[in-house]
Amino acid sequence: MEQTINNRILQSSDDEFIINVGPQHPSTHGVLHLQLRLDGEEIADLKPFLGYIHRGIEKMCESLTYKQFIYLTSRMDYLSAHINNQACCLAIEKSLQVEVPERAKVIRTLMAELTRLASHQLWWGSTGLDMGAVSPFFYAFREREMILEIFEETCGSRLTMNYCVPGGVMNDIHPDFVSKVKKLIQQFKANIHEYDELLTGNPIFQSRTRGVGYLPKEDAISLACSGPVARASGISCDVRKKEPYDAYDRVEFEEIIASEGDCFARYRVRMKEMLESMKIIEQLIDNIPAGDYRAKIKGIIKPPAGEYFQRVETARGELGVFIVSDGSNKPYRVKFRTPNFSNLAALKPMSLGAKIGDLVAIMASLDLIIPDIDR
Amino acid sequence: MDVIKKDFDDFPGEVYQDRSGHSSIIITQIDRFANWARSNSLWPLIFGTSCCAIEMMSAASAKYDWSRFGFEVARASPRQADLIIVAGTITLKMAPVLKRLYDQMPEPKYVIAMGACNITGGPFMTHSYSVVNGIDKIVPVDVFIPGCPPRPEALLHGMIKLQEKIMRSKAFVIEKPKK
Repeated sequence: MEQTINNRILQSSDDEFIINVGPQHPSTHGVLHLQLRLDGEEIADLKPFLGYIHRGIEKMCESLTYKQFIYLTSRMDYLSAHINNQACCLAIEKSLQVEVPERAKVIRTLMAELTRLASHQLWWGSTGLDMGAVSPFFYAFREREMILEIFEETCGSRLTMNYCVPGGVMNDIHPDFVSKVKKLIQQFKANIHEYDELLTGNPIFQSRTRGVGYLPKEDAISLACSGPVARASGISCDVRKKEPYDAYDRVEFEEIIASEGDCFARYRVRMKEMLESMKIIEQLIDNIPAGDYRAKIKGIIKPPAGEYFQRVETARGELGVFIVSDGSNKPYRVKFRTPNFSNLAALKPMSLGAKIGDLVAIMASLDLIIPDIDR
Repeated sequence: MDVIKKDFDDFPGEVYQDRSGHSSIIITQIDRFANWARSNSLWPLIFGTSCCAIEMMSAASAKYDWSRFGFEVARASPRQADLIIVAGTITLKMAPVLKRLYDQMPEPKYVIAMGACNITGGPFMTHSYSVVNGIDKIVPVDVFIPGCPPRPEALLHGMIKLQEKIMRSKAFVIEKPKK
């Protein structure tokens, strides 16, 4: 034990010292363990340790059937649970070459955008908490609870939804769904100015985020960052635009790109993404096509032998699902390319030379979900 | 001194007050008084590993508002906490950390196992190689809350059950968990 620890820790010289953050630390949003080498108050080196929430989901998928392993993916990135399920369903549908009904496509897209909205709201609240502002947390949960109510009414679960099934969605939407979503959009639009008044225009918040945690465009590309982290560094990488899936090819929305690459740019990208999500929902909510909500597929799914890949845009970036099938009812291998894992790699270039207090702001702007990193 | 009996629903004991309202007398047992104070100011440790932590945040937010029951002082340090709500899966690598956090907490201390993962391993019980099947193998658990993840109401219900358990316990005897 002693030797292995000695190999792992960072080496420090006389006037530097090593500090451990985590695994139990409120700013790590979970159980990430960071080891920092500090020169005074500046971060000279940083090393993340993973595996504290490694549950072996990829290996578990090999012992479950195709319909069964989808539910595990909602425990990976639990704030984008529906989008994770959607990615798996799309990959399975690709392998079976099933045509999904139009109604199911629109319902899935609507739910995915509601999920993104709920996820970004929670991020906004917890960013406030990390910076020492407690009120944003309560404001964020006000609208978030409305979204969760819609989820609960539609599929019976608030967080880990399991609403997607191969071929469509589990059941039809609730009769009140359309009116409730419209009410949510109306209330959110009426309240969005409070978000800006509380945090965006706050001078303390701005001075803690502007120019902090700069990620150059080249680094973001070479570290395979995706989602709002990459878009804030000026990379166009929205899978919804590049490879539209489900109903994204029929909606008009803007891909938010900022070029500053600091924490405030990432904050602004996410805030504007919430508005774009609402734009997508507004376009779809009035035109949900009639018809089946699920295509008829066989009870036991046996995709032909081969390799299938599908990528989607979760609230945090690009999620890729890679399934290798050997023709049996269980996948031979499943691999998830999760957005948080590669976004975590950007933590080191962002925080080298920064003050230790800025690390909290950088972590908040990355919006990491640790079970998605460890899986 | 002329005193009248006052009615307080929550207080375990009898409260008397004189006519001017200046001086009061309380007749109660030390155990009941200490338990009453303890159960109404439980300070939880901020400890969330996965999905259940989000529902714990929901329980803390304005709609469910656990501060109605005295839980709102969430502490980041185990040295200042009375209660550890284990929210999320505990893996084999995390298990020593959980034990250490529990050992660092001052007595009396309580544990709530939130979610299916902490009761039996939940969805990861049979096929996973790295999940602890139930945290009662590591720390003594007072209340189990089922669900994946449990609703905030379920968490509040569990915490109220813990308060009832504390009210029944002996205040100055530390009950060691049975092996």
